[in-house]
Amino acid sequence: MQSKPVKSRGEAMKLVSLTKFEWNKYMVYIVFLIVFLIFSVTLGENGFLTNNNLLNILRQTSMISIMAVAGTFVLASGQIDLTVGSVAAMTAMIVALILQHTNSIWLAIIGGLAFGALTGSVNGLLVTRLKLPAFLATLGMMQVIRGAAMWITNTAAVPITNNTFNTIFGIGDLGGVSVLILWTILFYLAGIFVFNKLPFGRHVLATGGNEQSAKYSGINTDWIKMKVFILSGMFAAFAGILYAGRMQSGRFSFGEGDELSVIAAVVLGGAAMKGGSGSVLRTLIGSILMGVITNALILAGLRTAQQVIIQGLILVLAVALSNLAQKNKN
Amino acid sequence: MEQVLKMENIIKTFGETQVLKNVNFDLIVGEVHALAGGNGAGKSTLMKIMTGVYTKDSGDIYLEGKPVRIDSTDDAKRQGIAMIFQELSLVHSMTIAENIFLGDELKSNLTLNKKEMNQRANIVLQELGIDIDPNLTVENLSVGMSQMVEIAKAVNKQAKIIVFDEPTASLSAKETEKLFELIENLKQKGTTIVYISHRMNEIMQICDRITILKDGAHALTESLTNLTLEQIVSYFVPYQNKQVKFEWKKRELGSESLTLLSVNNLTVENKVQDVSFSIREGEIVGIAGLMGSGRTEILETLFGIRPMDSGSIEISGKKARIKTINDAINAGLGLVPEDRRRQGLVLEHTLKENFILPSIKKNPKLSSFIINEKNANQLSEETVEEFNVKTSGINKVISLLSGGNQQKIVIAKWMKMNPKVMLLDEPTAGVDIGAKSEIINIIRNYADKKNGVLLVSSELTELLAACDRILVLYEGRLIKELNREEIKREEELQHAIQAG
Repeated sequence: MQSKPVKSRGEAMKLVSLTKFEWNKYMVYIVFLIVFLIFSVTLGENGFLTNNNLLNILRQTSMISIMAVAGTFVLASGQIDLTVGSVAAMTAMIVALILQHTNSIWLAIIGGLAFGALTGSVNGLLVTRLKLPAFLATLGMMQVIRGAAMWITNTAAVPITNNTFNTIFGIGDLGGVSVLILWTILFYLAGIFVFNKLPFGRHVLATGGNEQSAKYSGINTDWIKMKVFILSGMFAAFAGILYAGRMQSGRFSFGEGDELSVIAAVVLGGAAMKGGSGSVLRTLIGSILMGVITNALILAGLRTAQQVIIQGLILVLAVALSNLAQKNKN
Repeated sequence: MEQVLKMENIIKTFGETQVLKNVNFDLIVGEVHALAGGNGAGKSTLMKIMTGVYTKDSGDIYLEGKPVRIDSTDDAKRQGIAMIFQELSLVHSMTIAENIFLGDELKSNLTLNKKEMNQRANIVLQELGIDIDPNLTVENLSVGMSQMVEIAKAVNKQAKIIVFDEPTASLSAKETEKLFELIENLKQKGTTIVYISHRMNEIMQICDRITILKDGAHALTESLTNLTLEQIVSYFVPYQNKQVKFEWKKRELGSESLTLLSVNNLTVENKVQDVSFSIREGEIVGIAGLMGSGRTEILETLFGIRPMDSGSIEISGKKARIKTINDAINAGLGLVPEDRRRQGLVLEHTLKENFILPSIKKNPKLSSFIINEKNANQLSEETVEEFNVKTSGINKVISLLSGGNQQKIVIAKWMKMNPKVMLLDEPTAGVDIGAKSEIINIIRNYADKKNGVLLVSSELTELLAACDRILVLYEGRLIKELNREEIKREEELQHAIQAG
């Protein structure tokens, strides 16, 4: 860093325009702080600030948070993946069935993740080979997979009796911290590392920022998109494993609507829907922010119907804020 | 003869450069009027003022003798002035009839009257001698036919004056012939045509009068029957005193220098026909030719963007199989593409991110598994220094830099990977004159390090300043190969490009 004794007017101007431009980077932190403060004051007496409640928020958001790690890559590359919720459900079914028949945790995990990778590959192929828009390709696949999850047991839930599995992937804790939170931390460390430290992250951003320029720079953008969809599928599958562990069963209805929550988390984290931007850490804040809001609504005594409405409004607000930040940039 | 339009003392300034200096321009009813001049002479700007895309700083416009204000494209449309753009403005998913009536659809009560629109469209097309079903969707049409539809749309809107901007650049010979018939047809109906083109043969063939602009000033308006090709071309060379020193320096290659790139019998679709040439160590070879002559296509094929139909490429004596862009990069090529904003940069990313993009995975100093941010910063800083990029820092978003500084980064991101041969497509387009000469110097210095350069440019001054040898393309064929010493004046090169 160079330090200059005198700041010219031009430099001062530059600082102003810099803060203006960086708004989309800090938005999520600012909003988080404001929301958190408001709830601390208004809902402090309802137990919002207790350790238990705060850990509970983190625990409840972990599946969304983990899917949103990959969601950051998906949006950064200019794509969208609506299959994540149904992949989580189908994976939970697969895992539960494998455990029921073999009682092998390894086999269950491998089977679940393989399903996620397979779905990601299909999504990727639909987008890169058949040139379908990601929105439609994954919208269709979402229905196919949700239907399959219902069909496989005729909508019956499959209980999981393997306690080791349930402990590791759902209900256990380490020093009082839920395994779900530990898994989330692990996935975020990995996600931040890959996104920020590996050339792959830059290639993903370039693909979403300007695909043609990325191609002309020697990046195989189709292959990047394939990898991103596979990543998204596998992360969603892992979220499904956590659903299964936490609920000690597989159920077709797991993760309904999660795809929207994931997008909201990533966009709240400052990513633009058109691709080329995003940050894994900020996505985490976005995801927790939504968890905080949901939690507060429950504490405030709102009913499920009202919660759903508020969640919809948050999504709209997130995109509107993101648009505003983008506009500021130009 | 009745005057339909007169523009008087038009002045337009962009930033600090005056691009139009007291320009006068007039059109006579039913004439085909050529508008010509070198690059940056102000042709497009003048026409954009006439069609309301830009507003003039000062000057007057008269339509049929009456003064008019044209402040927007809507104003121009209302006055019956239409422009057929190079990038056509049709909605691809709609039918021909829907496009023709776009913006003033016919209705019966509240609903669209499709039948009536189809019938009326059919009449317009028939009158223009265009034989096509107005129910067809535009995306299924050829470029030539899309252009015809565009013209029909203008005619249907009662355009009195239609401006054509390089209309034949992407047309086949047959389509060009059809277009000329149509223009003749329009002329007979009393429509006035402005024809912008670099192709003098076409201008001589179909135009009645010509106006030539030179460095933003009016140079000549004359009936074409009084002019020869040589006389016209002589006006294309910019005034000497206006030029920053774009002087050619003879460069010694040495008789021992090896061949770096050789292209043999390259054929690409109908764009490039049987083209062969080679580049030696330290040599700068230029490609001159009109738009659509196959210049860009040669570079894109060498760089793995377009597949070749036949021919072979050798790099440093070894046969190179180039199927993808990565093959080309690995074989030792780098491309500075024609469109900096669309193909060269990720505009909203920083200077550094753009700079390291192609090398981040290939340069072990930048990443051995994980990215080495320290080296990436250092290399970016050094490059900013070396290429004299004006920026407040390497983390500045690249779209905030000037065109010249952006272009330096596009060039640097490749040069810093040390390709054996750099392919440059219009590297100084949209760049100010100071940066232009800097870029030419960068290219020279690069070649001095025993590298090869293949340079495409529409600016002949630039080709003459930088190149040791110039290849002349015409309709996809290599028609001439000139050593720089042989070319005494820019007119000779201009002539070679036009002659065919």
